[in-house]
Amino acid sequence: MAGSSLLSRYAEAIFWMARYVERAENLARILDVHESFSRDMHGGRNWGAIVQLYADEKAFSVRHDEPSTEAVLNFYILDDSNPGSIVQLVKAARENARSLRPLISTEMWINLNTFYNRMRALRPEDVAEERITRLCGAIKESCQSHTGITEGTFYRDEGWYFYQLGRLIERADQTTRLLDVKYHLLLPNLEDVGTNLDISQWNALLRSAAGYHAFRRIHPSGMSPAKASSFLLFNPLFPRSVTACVDLMDETLTDLRAQYRLRGGAAALEALDELRAVYGDTSIETILKRGLHEFLDWTQMRLIDVGSALGHDFFGYAPTQAQTQTQEA
Amino acid sequence: MTSSDTDGTLSGYDPDGYYCEVYGLPERPLGETERTRQRLDRIPLDQLRTRAADAERELYNFGITFTVYTQKDAVDRILPFDVIPRLISARDWKTIETGVKQRVATINAFLGDIYGPGKAIKDGIIPGELVYENPNYRPEMEGFRPPLGTYAHIDGTDIVRDHLGDFRVLEDNARTPSGVSYVVENRHLMQRAFPDLMTGTGIRPVSNYGQKLHEALAELAPKEILDPQVALLSPGVFNSAYFEHIFLAREMGVPLVEGRDLVVQADDRVFMRTVAGLKPVDVIYRRINDDFLDPQAFNPESMLGVPGLFAAYRKGKVALANAVGTGVADDKAVYAYMPRLISYYLGEEPILANVDTHICREPEGLRYTLDHLQDLVVKPVGEAGGYGITVGPRATQEELDACRTALRDDPANYISQPMVRLSVCPTLTDEGVAPRHVDLRPFAITGESTWVLPGGLTRVALRKGSIVVNSSQGGGSKDTWVLE
Repeated sequence: MAGSSLLSRYAEAIFWMARYVERAENLARILDVHESFSRDMHGGRNWGAIVQLYADEKAFSVRHDEPSTEAVLNFYILDDSNPGSIVQLVKAARENARSLRPLISTEMWINLNTFYNRMRALRPEDVAEERITRLCGAIKESCQSHTGITEGTFYRDEGWYFYQLGRLIERADQTTRLLDVKYHLLLPNLEDVGTNLDISQWNALLRSAAGYHAFRRIHPSGMSPAKASSFLLFNPLFPRSVTACVDLMDETLTDLRAQYRLRGGAAALEALDELRAVYGDTSIETILKRGLHEFLDWTQMRLIDVGSALGHDFFGYAPTQAQTQTQEA
Repeated sequence: MTSSDTDGTLSGYDPDGYYCEVYGLPERPLGETERTRQRLDRIPLDQLRTRAADAERELYNFGITFTVYTQKDAVDRILPFDVIPRLISARDWKTIETGVKQRVATINAFLGDIYGPGKAIKDGIIPGELVYENPNYRPEMEGFRPPLGTYAHIDGTDIVRDHLGDFRVLEDNARTPSGVSYVVENRHLMQRAFPDLMTGTGIRPVSNYGQKLHEALAELAPKEILDPQVALLSPGVFNSAYFEHIFLAREMGVPLVEGRDLVVQADDRVFMRTVAGLKPVDVIYRRINDDFLDPQAFNPESMLGVPGLFAAYRKGKVALANAVGTGVADDKAVYAYMPRLISYYLGEEPILANVDTHICREPEGLRYTLDHLQDLVVKPVGEAGGYGITVGPRATQEELDACRTALRDDPANYISQPMVRLSVCPTLTDEGVAPRHVDLRPFAITGESTWVLPGGLTRVALRKGSIVVNSSQGGGSKDTWVLE
């Protein structure tokens, strides 16, 4: 294959289109799993945890006094002024797709365009608590339609590699956040550990990551924080695990550089190597002992390094400068 | 004329004294279109409507849209599509094709002259002030000969037909004429929606426009470049013609770039920024106006352009299509002189006549216009898109008064023309198939020679009686069949 002539601007737009859709899907998963947690809690429900998770306390407090169910759901699904709301994420994906129309398939464009139109038409009553599971399910499915159509129609040139990289980096990041919801922010009281409530929350978490059945195949019985966390972090065969995402990113980037003889990407590979080394060498017990939250934070920082390195080498600047990033700010 | 020869969908159709593009004139009916007429007549009206609705939905789904901006949002709208095609006989097409080529040759000769020796002005064919004081005249182009001596590589000629069936040129578009994407997409749409109407009818294809354009553009590259890189320069997603830019880039298989993707290096070569670093660009089909092309040479406020691009162009390091400064040739005031310019440069009689034009900057033109306002169409020379036009015979007294005031305040800004009784074409309307006025914009591509796309954009005024075909004013489009 001859040298690449993919415009940097397109590479960046493809990368971010993939990220935004993946982020919207995962936000839907997180809201959904949180809704499941809340349902079982005794009384005090902590929707504020979601706001903390995304470090949105400041922006949220400008608009709402209390992190009520209604306020949080509104803020993360409908709010036009929150760049991290699902409506805005889908809009950002669509705007990137719009600038990519010379490259992407017509079907990809139609799909994102109609998805955005559906999101834009949502009214406050559509995000009422009793409808949330259903709505989140529909959003997940729309995101997956996008992924499927892309897989089936997107031409496999350099653009495809950047699409994969965007999707994987976002997915790895979001899996760490999903895990953080349970472990750090909903940390049960000590007496709750191992109770039915605790177990059912871990089950719900795995389900929201679509990992419950796969988990059961390797652990036919039993449930523990170590097993569940280990599965989401390390299982190389589960497509949403951090290890699976990081390994595939490494492979994708290596292929991209070889196929198109690109000089860029070395720094990103180094950052990925560091992640892979630590993930390969550290046991879940050690991580839990030292603090899962800290480990997840560290992972997120390394992923930001990977993104910045890609931005520097291929897009002409760091992606953090290019497109609004609320959660990594 | 009532088409009493049928009792189907077309049976009530009456062109009402206008020339009809499908039937011709009552005394000279078009034989070439008979078979299509019969087939159309046999498609029941409700089926025609169903297929029309399907076709419109397809336009949306395929994203064949132009963008209308409101304060809050960007809305994608389709150009309404009428399913009944406009037909052009082989004989009529020959007239249009040779006439357009003649016109393009004249425009290029004229531009080469005014940015060069200025002979036509010295010889008194056209007033110098009309050229040199024209806002679209670019002194920066003086003394520069663009590749192949061509300025208007892509040209669109707006042509109408009068009540006698004679073609007349309404306007030249020598800057960045748009609409060709609809010509090709409308054909695809018809092929899917009306295969039964097309089978066995010899229709000249339009699908090779992208290839022809790419060939012509590649011919402009500096001779030492064997495999030139062509790029399409667009103002970006916010441009209302963005769909067409996408379409053309895809058809040619070239990158659609924005100003920020390009950079001019110290050696005046132009590069695009790719993931593999800087890649040279040899030819740019720019869909961006002169003003915004290069902030160093033109409007310094331009965020869309590429600093240094014009200098690179003048040094022959990169070719631009169309050339800078073509706007002076398609100006409505210069238009009036086209018949004389054709004779002057080519020594030929115009194959396609102008519509008679009164130039209001000239005292006799202004006087005539003011005296016959109720019979004339008054057009501002600077506007595009059908804005600011006063149609005398259709105007209210207030509109006529406002027009009169505007003419007196700034006569040089206007021309006037008699109202052409535009030809009609059967069109699907709420009342069934009815006549609606149409025009035609064929597209000509000029590299080493000129090629005219056999067809063109037929725009149709969908409102009953209206003669304004612009999309911003309730116009739609039709597929245009040039018959073998």
